[in-house]
Amino acid sequence: MPDIYLCEIIENTLLIDNIYSITIRSRELAQEAVAGQFLHIKCGEARLLRRPISICYVEDDKVNLVYETKGEGTMWLSRRAPGQKLDILGPLGNGFCMPDGNLIVVGGGVGTPPMLFAAQSAKKTVTAVLGFREAKRVILTDEFERVCENVYITTDDGSVGIHGTVTKPLEELLKSGKYSAVMTCGQNIMQKAVAGLCEKYNVPLQVSLEERMGCGIGACLVCACAIKNDKNVDVDKTAGITNDGIEMKRACVDGPVFNAHDVVW
Amino acid sequence: MDNNKLDMSINFAGVKFKNPIVMASGTFGFGREYAEYYDLSKLGGICVKGLTAKPRLGNMPPRIAETPMGMLNSVGLQNPGVDAFIADELPFLRQHDTVVIANISGNTVEEYAEMTEKLSDANIDMIEVNVSCPNVKAGGMVFGTSIDGVTTVTKAVVKRATVPVVVKLSPNVTDIASIAKAVESSGADALSLINTLLGMRIDTITRKPILHNNVGGLSGPAIFPVAVRMVWQVASAVKIPILGMGGVSIGNDAIEMMLAGANLIGVGTICFDDPYAPIKIIDEMRKYMTDNSIATLCELSGGVEINS
Repeated sequence: MPDIYLCEIIENTLLIDNIYSITIRSRELAQEAVAGQFLHIKCGEARLLRRPISICYVEDDKVNLVYETKGEGTMWLSRRAPGQKLDILGPLGNGFCMPDGNLIVVGGGVGTPPMLFAAQSAKKTVTAVLGFREAKRVILTDEFERVCENVYITTDDGSVGIHGTVTKPLEELLKSGKYSAVMTCGQNIMQKAVAGLCEKYNVPLQVSLEERMGCGIGACLVCACAIKNDKNVDVDKTAGITNDGIEMKRACVDGPVFNAHDVVW
Repeated sequence: MDNNKLDMSINFAGVKFKNPIVMASGTFGFGREYAEYYDLSKLGGICVKGLTAKPRLGNMPPRIAETPMGMLNSVGLQNPGVDAFIADELPFLRQHDTVVIANISGNTVEEYAEMTEKLSDANIDMIEVNVSCPNVKAGGMVFGTSIDGVTTVTKAVVKRATVPVVVKLSPNVTDIASIAKAVESSGADALSLINTLLGMRIDTITRKPILHNNVGGLSGPAIFPVAVRMVWQVASAVKIPILGMGGVSIGNDAIEMMLAGANLIGVGTICFDDPYAPIKIIDEMRKYMTDNSIATLCELSGGVEINS
């Protein structure tokens, strides 16, 4: 059951530029969390809303999160020191569903951390395809090397790994026919391209969607994602979203992981 | 004082609440999410997510922007529609020993009346009339910001309702007391206030509003003093009871709101920070009663001693 836990910080270090890695101790969270879930972290008494951060990996009674400092909340988080405690609500969200066969995980930029937990949780072999803007933005490759059979790195400028985007190595892998599922997290434009390839090669894809969140438990309806719906509902068309054949699902509890063929891109 | 002898119950427009804490509409869904954390029977009441005649998909995201100790939302009344609520959600809520209040929004006066009729027949304890949602174009706040608008809607709902009617007021008006008086003289049984204050935030890099809807409703601790002031003004102007809300986050806020003139207290946005907030508020109010030798909570309402 998700709940509020006061967790001790074990380490909180800068990985690159504006991306930090924080490890907290919580037996409950470590035992309950599944890949694709997130923790909702209170970032100081002066801020009302918690910050949702995906779980990067779990080890014994420790949970690791990798986060980007975007605003004041995550800046506050980056200044916390080992020994201090964090007020955490979690684990939250609908995680990845692990296939029986071989798996490809595709991560883009700051979307790569949850894919490590997915790779760690796989039943069979995992191949990782990780895309970054440039060499100095590359993170977590050693950790992926440890749990994956193969790791492909791509950069937009070719400064390390394959020059281009994740779709290049991904298409070759999908052509081989050896994989039964793909999972991805990253920017919308990358996920959409990955979804196109997976559809072409008829391999099921699970995507982790991101949307600005409020409560994190499904009550406030702010983190809405457009999902296909064939129930033919007669919706009110006077205002807001009026498209036929969709419903607005909650990233926090219905997701963040969705089947790609249900997503309205 | 013996804790067991403390009376937190409130009689509000003829409906008995075991304590004054009522979950504010739009912050508590239909209760299912919070039922994972505690027994909903501990709550005085639940105002369900705003209902409309037909299902609504709401506004395009982003629907939320943080503000200093508050937030803006532009959800836009996403809900499954009144019929699906009665069929799929109400039976679950009815399993709990708490007052259930249906919140309704219409595009037209006729829609308000039709929903009132359906809900009156559906084992609802009260109806809260939303004439103050800032996030929809038709209806909503359009009705709530003019005397003519609130009068027409209130009369139409009261005529069709067989349960007490609460009208939820918008703070986005020049003189809330005159609106409150118009609602009272139109036959409403009670008032609830305040709904959210219209606000806006802009990303200084992209120069775009953070909300896709450009503007949204401000809620949370930031609006608390505005809510206290408006509850006091309205309580001074009308005789019907008041469900006061707006930024209540701790027990002391709830007591303060009662002193300003509220009979029941709505709790909402603070749940996004702490799902257990309403339970803590009830406990803190009980402690206040013990510490200040108050046996009957309802006697606090309107107890503020105004400076002359």
